[in-house]
Amino acid sequence: MRRKPRIAVWKFASCDGCQLSLLDLEDHLLEIADAVDIAYFLEASRATKPGPYDISLVEGSITTPHDRRRILQIRRQSRFLVTIGACATAGGIQALRNFRKVQEFVRLVYAHPEYIDTLEHSHPVSDFVPVDFELRGCPVNKYQVLELVSALLAGRRPRVPRYSLCQECKRRGLACVMVTRNEPCLGPIVQAGCGALCPAYHRPCFGCFGPAEGAQVAALAQELRRRGRSGPEVVRLLRTFNAWAPEFREESVRHEGA
Amino acid sequence: MNAYWLSRDRLDALLEALKRRGYRVIGPVMREGLPTLAPLERARDLPWGVEARAAPGRYEVREDAPKARAFDFVLTPQGWKRLLFPPERLLFRVRRTDLGYEVTTPDPEAEPPLALFGVRPCELRAIQIHDRVLSQGPFADEAYTARRRAAFIVVVQCTRSLETCFCASVGTGPEAREGFDLALTEVTDGFVVVSGSFKGADLLQEMDLPEATEAQQREAREAVARAARSQRRRLDPQGLRDLLYGNLESPLWQEIGERCIGCGNCTMVCPTCFCTTVEDGSDLSGREAWRIQRWDSCFSVEYAYIHGGSIRRSVASRYRQWLTHKLAGWQDQFGTLGCVGCGRCIVWCPVGIDLTEEVARFREQHAAVAAQEEQP
Ligand code: SF4
Ligand code: SF4
Ligand code: SF4
Repeated sequence: MRRKPRIAVWKFASCDGCQLSLLDLEDHLLEIADAVDIAYFLEASRATKPGPYDISLVEGSITTPHDRRRILQIRRQSRFLVTIGACATAGGIQALRNFRKVQEFVRLVYAHPEYIDTLEHSHPVSDFVPVDFELRGCPVNKYQVLELVSALLAGRRPRVPRYSLCQECKRRGLACVMVTRNEPCLGPIVQAGCGALCPAYHRPCFGCFGPAEGAQVAALAQELRRRGRSGPEVVRLLRTFNAWAPEFREESVRHEGA
Repeated sequence: MNAYWLSRDRLDALLEALKRRGYRVIGPVMREGLPTLAPLERARDLPWGVEARAAPGRYEVREDAPKARAFDFVLTPQGWKRLLFPPERLLFRVRRTDLGYEVTTPDPEAEPPLALFGVRPCELRAIQIHDRVLSQGPFADEAYTARRRAAFIVVVQCTRSLETCFCASVGTGPEAREGFDLALTEVTDGFVVVSGSFKGADLLQEMDLPEATEAQQREAREAVARAARSQRRRLDPQGLRDLLYGNLESPLWQEIGERCIGCGNCTMVCPTCFCTTVEDGSDLSGREAWRIQRWDSCFSVEYAYIHGGSIRRSVASRYRQWLTHKLAGWQDQFGTLGCVGCGRCIVWCPVGIDLTEEVARFREQHAAVAAQEEQP
């Protein structure tokens, strides 16, 4: 028999929610432990094994020079490097600071700003190293994690949709909250994968899965304005967990002060 | 064709008769404040007194209409497509065994037959189009075919149209001519019923209904004609195919592309859109694999992915693909329009793009160009 593939799970600037989603795969944890060797996963166990690793799952954005060095090391030790969640993939909610001078915040927040050694921006992992695959979401959908691992083990491409959330929403049989309630839903420009969780509770999608492939962000923003949302409201809608994703970032800047 | 009279208090008898024949009856009921297709237990669960209002990108219901009417909502947000042709279905499952592997496929015949109660005439026409596409070609979809063959269809003709309906202009409603088992028309005190098949006639005979009076039949005919006359939207099928094929490079596509958000809602709600994709899955242990069929949309970038990349990167090209297939290519492939005039794509488009308006603009532009060319 082949040796079991070794998996490592890494944390950078993040809330640990994505790692918790991995642990939340309760029904499958034994199966996973059977199929792979969990070599490094501090959130689950202090026992660690040295690299190289077959699959590295990376949570969190890169915000310090130290983390920048660490992600380069991880990349060198990993065959597949997969970012999990909005922080690692797009910079996360903490990338809101990218829209201002970071030194202003440092001065305001810390009693001793001189101890703070931070990068100017909260970066997606892909700003520093090649990323083989991305799992979106804040947090990730645990079934997508399961699919990712199953696919990599079988040597096939993971089935992770790139199209809009609306398709998933309609397949689930939901009535659109934009059409029935005039809610400002980001579903049309957001990547599917969550199962249309928010619309199922009559809530507009707030975009935690980030931009869909070919997202028409400007056209949706124009429609939101037509439906009575102000410039600052559109900025707030686009600037949450994926504020620094290029498609959302560029459009949000256009509505600033408008 | 004999017309019978079904008073409101006999609706339950009709539902019972269907259930006795083994059908699982699906019809409109209120769910979370909206008329929705779901199992229909009793006639009192129908959306009595519910009126829907629709406009491009808007749908709302009022529940204060006279309680005596059950079908004034006209169209539910999603139609019957998901019942006969579900959004996702398992094609097969493969398991490793000691000797090799074992394949299992779901048996559509094992499902109870469906009675579709309250199909609108345009929706019936869409089902007939699906029959053509999914059952009558060289690659029939067996699950659809089996489900469809077993189904009993109760049409309710429209005595009210939504603002977005345009069936009258494409000849698909608001009356239904053939293809149903029973057709009902809602009038003041009840329903005028006709049968359209042996199955339907047999059921009516069992129910032993009185014949509808001349006055009841006239009221039904006039109510349907009034609904047709109330429609403001039109799609003129005349010359449509050549109009669209003749304007593939028109700048209007780019202009639409600036408004379209490429979400694909139109294709999901369209009762005739039938595109699917297949996806393979496997479990962690590598002992089991499966293949799933799932609704696809020509508005996804990946839909047009061929060797080396997607051939429709711009949303304008994706909208063009959708509209020209629906209204032109469909005629070459299947001998009909791919549009039955239900207007759902207009209502459920979050930005309210209206294909009837877009086609009208192509006509205007075409006429303007032609007029210019005629000038000496
Ligand atoms: S509720 Fe949101 S995700 Fe669902 S169809 Fe409407 S816009 Fe799309
Ligand atoms: S194209 Fe639009 S109006 Fe025509 S059948 Fe489809 S959803 Fe209905
Ligand atoms: S026409 Fe409307 S519903 Fe269809 S893809 Fe474009 S924006 Fe979405």
